Amino acid sequence: MSVETTLIRTLIAERFGGAIEELGFSHGVHAFAAPLDMVVELCRFLKEHPALRFDFLSDICGVDHYPEAPRYEAVYHLYSLPNKWRVRIKCRLGDPPRVPSVTGVWRTANWHEREAWDMYGIRFEGHPDLRRIYMWEGFEGFPQRKDFPLRGYKDKLNPFGAEGPPPTQPDLATKDIP
Amino acid sequence: MTEVTELSWPEADAPHTREVLLNLGPQHPSTHGVLRLVLELDGEYVARVDPHIGYLHRGTEKLAESFTYTQIFPLTDRLDYLCPPSNNLAFAIAVEKLLGIQAPIRAQYIRVLMAELARISGHLMITGALPMDLGAMTALLYAMREREMVMDLMEMISGARMHTSFCRVGGVREDLPDGFFPKIREFCDIFPNRIRDYERLVENNRVFLKRTQGIGVISAEDGIDLGLSGPNLRASGVDWDIRRDEPYEIYDRLDFNVITRDEGDCYARWRCRVEEMRESVRIIEQCLDQMPEGPFQIDMPTVAFPVDKDRVHCSMEALIQHFDLSAYGFKVPKGEVYSAIEAPKGELGFYIISDGSQKPFRMKVRAPSFVNLQGLFGASNARFLADMIAVLGSLDPVMAEVDK
Repeated sequence: MSVETTLIRTLIAERFGGAIEELGFSHGVHAFAAPLDMVVELCRFLKEHPALRFDFLSDICGVDHYPEAPRYEAVYHLYSLPNKWRVRIKCRLGDPPRVPSVTGVWRTANWHEREAWDMYGIRFEGHPDLRRIYMWEGFEGFPQRKDFPLRGYKDKLNPFGAEGPPPTQPDLATKDIP
Repeated sequence: MTEVTELSWPEADAPHTREVLLNLGPQHPSTHGVLRLVLELDGEYVARVDPHIGYLHRGTEKLAESFTYTQIFPLTDRLDYLCPPSNNLAFAIAVEKLLGIQAPIRAQYIRVLMAELARISGHLMITGALPMDLGAMTALLYAMREREMVMDLMEMISGARMHTSFCRVGGVREDLPDGFFPKIREFCDIFPNRIRDYERLVENNRVFLKRTQGIGVISAEDGIDLGLSGPNLRASGVDWDIRRDEPYEIYDRLDFNVITRDEGDCYARWRCRVEEMRESVRIIEQCLDQMPEGPFQIDMPTVAFPVDKDRVHCSMEALIQHFDLSAYGFKVPKGEVYSAIEAPKGELGFYIISDGSQKPFRMKVRAPSFVNLQGLFGASNARFLADMIAVLGSLDPVMAEVDK
């Protein structure tokens, strides 16, 4: 175990206790599992701690673990420009998936989160502008979910699609969170 | 509407005229593909910008989930179509990390050589296209002349000019062809002088300088906050290059400079790329000098085709292996990997989750152009509609990669 692994682990354990689960170090990335209400806090801590300084958000990625439960996952990849370290934060989400937005920590999260919303229907709470980014307005369903057929659903524009009507998804974007 | 750049007005007390919504694109020559910018204009000033993307969305990530690992290479070609070898390389490295293997040294040299050729080809496009967007047509025509040489070299190596698909997991498809070395040496001799030509064409072009210098300044903090990478971030003074900081393949054996500039304006971003091409030529020359003899593909029957294809005809095992690999692909152990390389546009990352089967469970592409396009929100002093074109051109997005 290298010095950096020990340092990152110790600092996170000091700040968050046992809430953040350590997932090990593989292929140059330190992985952690965070509960959903701690993601923003953990990101801010990793970004702002003077010894860690994970100031660069590489990527936010949605994952669908269908038919496992909890079904969804949001994965964050952080990079520290001064230290050249990488961290992955994984956060399992239930159905319907919701997670607090990290747009307040990095502005770049804006489009990543819009993409995850568009493809997986992960609702990022507190996102300033959660619209679809790739699919057109009025598109129904979330195409990268595992239960969405590869060729889409059959309609007059898509004669080769799978049989069955497109699922009517509640448009969470327009609804207030209770 | 949306959260977009709020720009300070030059004269706060001036009479406020009616704002005009302008659709720039999706079919517009200066948007470099099918990008639609919805601009809110007050006279000639841009008040807000709202990029609409997705016109080229092909669902690469969804498709990849139903393809075997070898079949995904052609998909990666079509991300940043100006430099497919870099995309191939990024994907190959990610899968190799999951498998716990490394390509033979010669293969690594060939891949790096191709990736650098691709960098030249990608940067040549913007070297010519940015001046063209701003009205200086000549540079593009000359840049295309040299790009043709790169395309010819690509064709010589792989048989294809654009979509090379030359990488394989554990190596490359075949060895370099006969007569390749003199050709590429000739290119390396000619090309640095040609770079000087482009600079001379544009450096004294006062219109170009006026429209790029001091325009669209992105500070280092903003650049990092917006997730810019590659030359776009280096032009803002951030000294970060994955080739040097997290060396992959044989980059740690090569000697090259990381080009940075401090201004962070459109000119700096253009300039960074022009100078990076010189470094790429140096890297290619070193690759040619250092390239050892040896196999171009890993000798691992479960992953790669037999190097000696004649064996397929006379050995039952080799035939079965060949059939198995072609029909079903190879299995990749369970696990996940995020691996990033320095593509011409910036950090190109592949996040792959494998469930132990022949197909990835999830493949996420961290496309640099997708993130770099958000730089539009960071260019604080691009006030005029015409500046928007300069900023967009200098950020160098390739729409195929933005839309994946």
